Amino acid sequence: MRSHRTPVYLLVIVLLVAGTLLTWYRHAMFDVPWLPGEKRQIWSVEAQVDFVAFGKPVKASLAIPDSQPGFKRIGEHTASPGYGLAFVEHPSGRRAEWSIREAHGPQTLYYQVEMLVDPETREPRMETAPRLRPVHHDGPRATVANLILERARERSADPYTLARELIHEFNQQNQSASLLTQDKPRGAWLVDLLHMAGVPAREVQALNLEDGRRRQVPVSLLQVFDGENYQLLDMRSGRVVQRHDQLLWEYYSAPLLDVIGGRNSRAHFSMIEQEVPVNRMLEEGTFPTAQNLLDFSIHSLPLSEQALFKGILLIPVGVLIVSLLRILVGVRTSGTFMPVLIAIAFIQTSLLTGLAGFILIVGAGLMIRSYLSRLNLLLVARISAVIISVIVMIAVFSVLSFQLGLTEGLKITFFPMVILAWTIERMSILWEEEGPKEVLTQGGGSLLVALLAYVAMSNDVVRHLTFNFLGLQFVIMALVLLIGNYTGYRLLELRRFQPMIGERT
Amino acid sequence: MMARRWLERLLPFRRLSAQGVMGMNRRNIAYISRYNPRRLYPLVDDKLKTKRLALSHGVTTPELLGIVEHQYEVVRVARLVSGLKNFCIKPAKGSGGKGILVVSRVDEGTFYRSNGQELALRDLERHVSNILAGLFSLSGAPDVAVIEALIEADEALLDYSYEGVPDVRVIVFRGFPVMAMMRLSCAASHGKANLHQGAVGVGIDIAGGGAVRAVQRDKPIRVHPDTGKDLLSLQVPQWQTLLELACACADMSGLGYLGVDLVLDRRRGPMLLELNARPGLTIQLANGAGLLPRLRLIERMEQVEQLSIAQRIAYVREHFAPAVLIDTAQIFSAA
Repeated sequence: MRSHRTPVYLLVIVLLVAGTLLTWYRHAMFDVPWLPGEKRQIWSVEAQVDFVAFGKPVKASLAIPDSQPGFKRIGEHTASPGYGLAFVEHPSGRRAEWSIREAHGPQTLYYQVEMLVDPETREPRMETAPRLRPVHHDGPRATVANLILERARERSADPYTLARELIHEFNQQNQSASLLTQDKPRGAWLVDLLHMAGVPAREVQALNLEDGRRRQVPVSLLQVFDGENYQLLDMRSGRVVQRHDQLLWEYYSAPLLDVIGGRNSRAHFSMIEQEVPVNRMLEEGTFPTAQNLLDFSIHSLPLSEQALFKGILLIPVGVLIVSLLRILVGVRTSGTFMPVLIAIAFIQTSLLTGLAGFILIVGAGLMIRSYLSRLNLLLVARISAVIISVIVMIAVFSVLSFQLGLTEGLKITFFPMVILAWTIERMSILWEEEGPKEVLTQGGGSLLVALLAYVAMSNDVVRHLTFNFLGLQFVIMALVLLIGNYTGYRLLELRRFQPMIGERT
Repeated sequence: MMARRWLERLLPFRRLSAQGVMGMNRRNIAYISRYNPRRLYPLVDDKLKTKRLALSHGVTTPELLGIVEHQYEVVRVARLVSGLKNFCIKPAKGSGGKGILVVSRVDEGTFYRSNGQELALRDLERHVSNILAGLFSLSGAPDVAVIEALIEADEALLDYSYEGVPDVRVIVFRGFPVMAMMRLSCAASHGKANLHQGAVGVGIDIAGGGAVRAVQRDKPIRVHPDTGKDLLSLQVPQWQTLLELACACADMSGLGYLGVDLVLDRRRGPMLLELNARPGLTIQLANGAGLLPRLRLIERMEQVEQLSIAQRIAYVREHFAPAVLIDTAQIFSAA
């Protein structure tokens, strides 16, 4: 009996030792702190430039950011095998310029920049207003432009409100505005009109900083100056955009990307937030990069993959909680690891929205399913029908909540739909066979486990630890193996076998 | 010290283990996965394979009336059931009594379930096609629908069951019958004899076949909730034959730890209903005794393979008589 178990315990010990050592190594050698918070926040942003080359010399030029108010550039690198590279300071901003004599087929170039969040940083070039330039239009356009400007000026008090009112004019879809936009895009007209009114302004390309986002494209914002100060305005809504979550990527009205010798060129961006200890940053002036195999860390991957892993590395935590609750407590769930998937959805939707959405979809799904069961369909077709109705429901809920002004409701699309459809199918069978009580037990059990997994997975310390210490995955593995060996009673079995406890002692 | 006592009162795990109660985790790790080779599971998970195995070993099973294997054959259901007075439709790989449809009466094309619900032929066909799609099978795998003759319960047991046939579950470990219970259907269980669906479980003295105590939904009860019959007066007829049959079934399956479900048919006598490689734990509640002391006793024995069925039953009768019966024996001798 003992000998049966020895390999398991050996493996557990090996995993525990390896995991602890790796974790300690990361902590001691790389100064990664145990807790989040005692460090500086760094945004790593990666630009990925894709284009198709057709065998000729290629020159690709990408606008790249510099230090700016709120952000200090502390490092940048590129990956572009075979290409010559130069960082060039133009009057129209910094640019990364790649060149190659001959290239064929799809090409990918990477540029990555580390921006330290630092409210102290100032950047004079960025903060000075562009020189006012004379604007000349002729014919009907000049008349229309003057008309719009006059209307907006009447309703405004200062440069910012003028810019806002101009955006409103464009939003009103009247004839005069659409006449203008036939000619030039809205952004160019807004800048022109503001210059006509004597207000310095320019169009800038900004990235909305959100941890773990991939395949982002920059948004155009309107930078409007009022003497020493400026504000950033969204060109569609006219709202003022918070500066601290926008990284300005290009602010000299130059093209973002310029490729000669290639076609279908585009740039998109991935970003993650990292926390780096202050002392380490002071020593090296940059953040650590992977050097050897022992520094086996996710940080050596391209940023878009890192962003992906930030989520994936949390799954073992959820799985551990499921094993704990099922084996030690004896909670019954519908579908073994379904709660983990729900918890992941909760992380993306935020808890309350997620809970409401889940109950709404499963509830409505059960009703639809009970009607479908009367139609006498084959199982696979019935589940397909449930999946389609779940998708339609999600679409309806999204549109409804958007119309009602609840943008939170849009997040309902993060739910794994096929899993939800199976859950609905299982629960409705359960309902028919065992009655609503069992549905509530298992549905409630699933939700409870999902909630606990959500609490653990959304915890800052847990996120910090799993992402920075890969060794902890071995520790979790060891724990799971240990739980798998537990032959004792489950907590809920105490209640089940209650009559046996009551008898004799 | 206080904290420890308080904890013990709050979580009386010790008292459970003093009773020798086996929990789900221990059952899974220490018995099922150790004594049941995975490759033998299909034999018990597929009722058709069990039936074939039983046939080759001369064990009686309920009469097979027909099999529907493919969706296009579903129209055959009408022909298969025509002329039958009663029958039941089962998924071959169903578990926990799921998907078993019992038709107890047929009247001019309308089928009546044991609880009186009326079904049309269309409903039967839908049920069969659900079975084929794997709705009731263990992992949702495609399945086969089996149509079987109904069992007619032995007269001695008629009053103890409502709307269904009572069956005997015997846990057999390394060829020894270690614990037994009778499962009686009632209104709450919709005519099914599955304990988690509300059926009554009556612990049966493995030595003599008499009732020890009874539970419904894990709570002790004394009389049958529908028939009002005193459950403790239950005495299973042909107990010795049933024990022998249980041992023979366990031997032919090759599994070390299993539940053998037997029924007593009025005309055909004891027969095998199905085998279960993951028998439930409520049998301990029905018997008021834990499985572990008995399992450990047998675990310590060597060369059990050489013992004959008669020897094993004799051993069990000697060692596993319930405490209650010994008490009454003492009372009798004192008188």
